[in-house]
Amino acid sequence: MDLDDTPEQAAYRAEARAWLDRHAGEAPVLQGPGAIEDEDEIIAARRVWQGKLAEGGLAGVVWPKEYGGQGRGPIEQVICNQEIARAKVPGILDAIGVGMLGPTIIAHGDEDQKGRYLGAMLHGDEVWCQLFSEPAAGSDLAAVQTRARLQEDGSWRLTGQKVWTTNAQFASYGLLLARTDADVPKHKGMTMFIVSMDAPGVTVRGLRQISGEAEFNEVFFDDLAVDAGAVVGGVGNGWGTALTTLMYERVTIGLGGEGLGYNSTRFAGAIAGDEHARRDPEVRHQLGEIASELLAVRFTGYRTLTALQKGQIPGPEAGLAKVTIVNGAIKAGDLIADVQGPDALAEDSEWAYMISFLPGLKSAGGTEEILRNTIGERVLGLPPEPRLDKGIPFSELRSKEGAVA
Amino acid sequence: MNLALSDEQVFLREAARGALSRFKTLEAAREALDGNESALPDMWPAACEAGWPGLLIDEAHGGAGLDAFDAMLVLGECGRVLAGIPLLGHLPASAICNDSSNGASLLEALATGERRAAYLPASPPSDLSDRWSVDSRGGSERPSAPTATSAGEGAAKVSGKLSFVPDAPGADVLVGVALLDDKPVGVTIEANASGVSIEATTRYDATRSLGHISLKDATATVLDASEESLAAAWYLAQALIAAESLGSVETALDVSVQYAKERHTFGRAIGSYQAVKHSLTEVLRQLENGRSLLYYAGWARHGSPGEFPLAASAARSVGGRALDHAARTMISVHGGIGATWEHDAPLYFRRAQLSRRLLGGTGAATDRVAGELIAQADAA
Repeated sequence: MDLDDTPEQAAYRAEARAWLDRHAGEAPVLQGPGAIEDEDEIIAARRVWQGKLAEGGLAGVVWPKEYGGQGRGPIEQVICNQEIARAKVPGILDAIGVGMLGPTIIAHGDEDQKGRYLGAMLHGDEVWCQLFSEPAAGSDLAAVQTRARLQEDGSWRLTGQKVWTTNAQFASYGLLLARTDADVPKHKGMTMFIVSMDAPGVTVRGLRQISGEAEFNEVFFDDLAVDAGAVVGGVGNGWGTALTTLMYERVTIGLGGEGLGYNSTRFAGAIAGDEHARRDPEVRHQLGEIASELLAVRFTGYRTLTALQKGQIPGPEAGLAKVTIVNGAIKAGDLIADVQGPDALAEDSEWAYMISFLPGLKSAGGTEEILRNTIGERVLGLPPEPRLDKGIPFSELRSKEGAVA
Repeated sequence: MNLALSDEQVFLREAARGALSRFKTLEAAREALDGNESALPDMWPAACEAGWPGLLIDEAHGGAGLDAFDAMLVLGECGRVLAGIPLLGHLPASAICNDSSNGASLLEALATGERRAAYLPASPPSDLSDRWSVDSRGGSERPSAPTATSAGEGAAKVSGKLSFVPDAPGADVLVGVALLDDKPVGVTIEANASGVSIEATTRYDATRSLGHISLKDATATVLDASEESLAAAWYLAQALIAAESLGSVETALDVSVQYAKERHTFGRAIGSYQAVKHSLTEVLRQLENGRSLLYYAGWARHGSPGEFPLAASAARSVGGRALDHAARTMISVHGGIGATWEHDAPLYFRRAQLSRRLLGGTGAATDRVAGELIAQADAA
């Protein structure tokens, strides 16, 4: 049992650190003095920086070499993330594309798609977004209603709405889950498409959250034309393709919890700065409980990494770490606001932002309730909740739910 | 990076499970609660045969030369079946002797288990207090650790009181901290020396042997263990009781899940209801968090000693709360029968309630986590 790098990992770390030492000066400044303020300029600068990271081998660490990646393992990915954090420079802009969508295309896409899209994705020339969730398909993702209709010439026409779409406002492409056959049970009638976000028929609208900022979008598709070559993983196989993306999402969340900044050191720092609170038994007790659980998650992450290194795929139990992180951060925000009073809720307070962000995060990447269902069934082996949608064609299901199909 | 069990560790755990399965520990626990304490099996010979008393003693002195995480694996197995093996007292004591250059004379007998030690638990100073303190009966302020007066080269006379000391009854030697000229030193005291009184007691959980210790000018040998080593013994005890508690959580969860699959109401297994399923995944969540912290503590003891107080205290905090929650969930999933003498759930519940109050209590461990982090923040 150890937390040390192997000689190969140490060599990789040294390589990454040396590259960052040479190139950190070229990174865009996003905070503090000299920071770029214009939103469009930030995105442009981060795209250029992602390209440099890719050139330096610090993007797509786990991607196969033939697609421009490094062909390395998840440990090296974590080492890379650690070194980027250590150098205090931004990471890649398109973490969703490179972390989740690219690997899905690598797993299910055809050679034309891999050749056309992967390189530009990795270098930040074309940013991607994930078009899965809909207003009526979140926890029950297989209930997507965005409809793709086959045309006589083999192309498709897409109509529908997606939501919670990060980066859609500047994305070039999206990976979209659509219903192609409503007359079969819902998991069977879906297909995954690559869609151009600049095409006529695509409308992106920012979705403002509690903080007032718009970090997500809703995206509308109105008779969008998509050619036959845009299907990823075969017609009718959309669910299997989506599961690959969701597996990579779990890996990303499982390894990235610390990256959200919800850690015991940061929260303890906020309490330590208050002369009274740091001696108050009730405050200390709450801090101790919150911090213990967040420390646990750090080591759960190391356990996940160990499993990945042995070639095992992280199971749904990784979702428990997300539950712990989100609920721990919610309690920490509450505690810090109790200590600081209304100042914690000031417009420019990091705590106000965190407090506003967390209620939504509770539902992101799987609601707590769905995660607990999945873990109860797949890890503990408890019997599933009886389901009323099994084997029923999607169109019938919709009419039962009283919706207009 | 490697946080997986080695083949040897898997073997150690399986061997422990096998050795403990030869005893009917749960039946004995229930009988002992009914007043028949002689029902509790003497498991020390089995522990000696397995080599557990010497787990943390160097091979050169007859021990296994293993580390805290290995000891936690054994304690976890003890916790699974509520086995009352006096390792919680013996192992921290053996660690102090192993860290002392003049503790060697005792080590071989401690390693084989021919002599059994009990640890005199004393909590090290914190960010809010510069005192070494011990558990007492009642009262809000924790008393100071026993005091020592020098009695010639390497010897001292020790006086003080400690309450609810795990595994003290029947121990051959007591090992712990005494304050000599206000400086903490390691001491060993023969249990049968004059001035030593150990009043055996049990509380609520008959499987746990406890003692109130009174020392009046008891003759002690002064060890040359460092202050860090004396503090580490406290944190080792915290990590061990955490591991033991999490072992009990494993059983509580297994039994509850099994029942939730078998028991039907309204035409379906109760485990299919979200209310039941979610409460069982909450037990799993706390168990997994606790397990991760055992890895942290196991690694930190030698991998990053400065973090060992934080890691072990966090493990204790999570482990203690996890067992309380698991025992309560075990009872509620089973319904009324879970709260009766017929069922094992009350035995785990009793274990949970007592364990949380021993060795400073989980509340103090939680406070220590905060204190360690505040100190880290100050240093940053």
